[in-house]
Amino acid sequence: MAGRNKWISLGVLALLIALLPLFFPSGYYYRVGALIFVNALSVVGLVILIGYAGQISLGHAGFAGIGAYACALAPEHLGLHPALAVLLGAVVSGVMAALIGKPILRLKGYYLAVATLGFGILVSMVLTNERALTGGPDGMNVADLGLRGLLRDMGWRLSGGEFWYMICGVVLLIGAWLALNLFDSPSGRAMRALHGSEVAASTVGVDVPRQKLRAFVISAVYASVAGSLLALQNGYITPDVAGFMHSVEMVTMAVLGGVGSVLGATFGAAILTLLPQVLTVFAEYEQLVLGLVMVLVMIFLPQGLLPSIARRLKGRDE
Amino acid sequence: MDALLQFLFSGLTVGAVYALVALGFTIIYNASDVVNFAQGEFVMLGGMITVFTYQAGLPLPLAAVIAILVTSAIGVALNKLAIEPARGAPVVSLIIITIGASIVIRGATQLIFDKQLHRFPSFSGDDPIHVLGATILPQSLWVIAGALAVFVGLWIFFTRTLTGKAVLATANNRVAAQLVGINTGWVMTLSFGLSAAIGAFAGVLVTPITLVGYDVGVALALKGFAAAMLGGMGNPKGALVGGLLLGCFEALTAGYLSSQYKEAVAFIVILGVLFVMPQGLFGSKSTERV
Repeated sequence: MAGRNKWISLGVLALLIALLPLFFPSGYYYRVGALIFVNALSVVGLVILIGYAGQISLGHAGFAGIGAYACALAPEHLGLHPALAVLLGAVVSGVMAALIGKPILRLKGYYLAVATLGFGILVSMVLTNERALTGGPDGMNVADLGLRGLLRDMGWRLSGGEFWYMICGVVLLIGAWLALNLFDSPSGRAMRALHGSEVAASTVGVDVPRQKLRAFVISAVYASVAGSLLALQNGYITPDVAGFMHSVEMVTMAVLGGVGSVLGATFGAAILTLLPQVLTVFAEYEQLVLGLVMVLVMIFLPQGLLPSIARRLKGRDE
Repeated sequence: MDALLQFLFSGLTVGAVYALVALGFTIIYNASDVVNFAQGEFVMLGGMITVFTYQAGLPLPLAAVIAILVTSAIGVALNKLAIEPARGAPVVSLIIITIGASIVIRGATQLIFDKQLHRFPSFSGDDPIHVLGATILPQSLWVIAGALAVFVGLWIFFTRTLTGKAVLATANNRVAAQLVGINTGWVMTLSFGLSAAIGAFAGVLVTPITLVGYDVGVALALKGFAAAMLGGMGNPKGALVGGLLLGCFEALTAGYLSSQYKEAVAFIVILGVLFVMPQGLFGSKSTERV
């Protein structure tokens, strides 16, 4: 991906975010859009971890949980402004990722998957069991960000849906921009080198453990911010955000769209977020269809949807 | 002391189920290098199918046999339809495939049967047996004996029969096994069928104690995996010991520390094992080939 491609990716993403609302038949679609952007943000983080550095995590929902509950707890107990709580969540997630990443990232493949899975489940267990603090499985309310009121005072009236669509879209763009910058940076190159072969990368001087840890911490921060945004826009949060199935969904979105690319991540997030919305009529079949999509895409389009489609198109052009 | 014994009894009972799930993991992992996250669904299927065939009027033993056979066929289908077509895919893809398959199985079960919890009668009644001041259910003895029987059966199969040795050979080196004329495709089929049957057997044994519902499989798969990892991935002895140990850890935690965090034990064990001795209790050290 050369520099030109970076701006194309960002341009496409920005255009999509800006133009989609023109086609929204009702306000409800802003909500769905915002949800897609939030999911896409955490998936962009996983693109860095899985796509760039070739590591895997089945526990990133744990970081989303930390981010979400930071926004729920910090304003209430520490008197922090919700915006600062997002930052606090990101810092806590980053530090946590650095601490557990050090021993965990020595592991490979299934072992790494299971270790991260264990971490994620422990986080969701703490959130579920510490009722006094988190309200247990019923969840808890999250304070308002306050920004929408501020905008209204300045004369800019936005509905809740529109406001969060905008905020999440902008944060996703920033996240995508940073991820694309990382791709061609020395760190990004080092990550991709160790993805190819750890031994080869270390012989040319890549500090393999350090780069893996960096990818892990960065992706944890992405997941945490996404969790925070989810909590803030819903005004409510339950421990499900940190659950195992959420981690699985995140990884599936990343691999579904094409794990190497930021645009693919957004695409994967969009499909998997829309699927339950489309299937609400067939709610009983939702699980069945979700599972089938996961299996079939992995078997028939192992590179993910977007790269497979792109290759098909290219093949036709030539 | 009575309390300790009581906790150990219940720990050994759940532990035996974990051990059976772990044995199922081990068989598939050895044959195909795939960690099958749908392993817990086999246990669920074993219980659910028995419940519904039994309710349809069949005698319990027949219902159980049918459940085990059907589940075994589903295991084979899983291999044919989802694992074999993805041969050589990266670990992430295989993880998503088996998790996807487990979601499909759960979704289908919930559609075909229902979302309720079910049970069928215990094999030899529900009168607790008194041992040294503690009590144990007859069904618990069935579960523990079942796990031991499966373990011994597998041991005989792998060391005394030609087919079992073919499976071991495939586990060691697929290409070499093919070269000496072993049909490795058939070994895969056999492994998935066997592993699913063992899972279903566990489901049949434990349903009278713990009840069964369409969603009991996830937790079992994760715990069974923790057990397999504790014992050392790919080692049947490790799976048995790991399962029993994990069950006892859980029961002791629930008894002496906190029943809420009982579920956390498995994952703390996973993390601890991976940090301190990634090869597990009985595993062999592996080296990376460049």
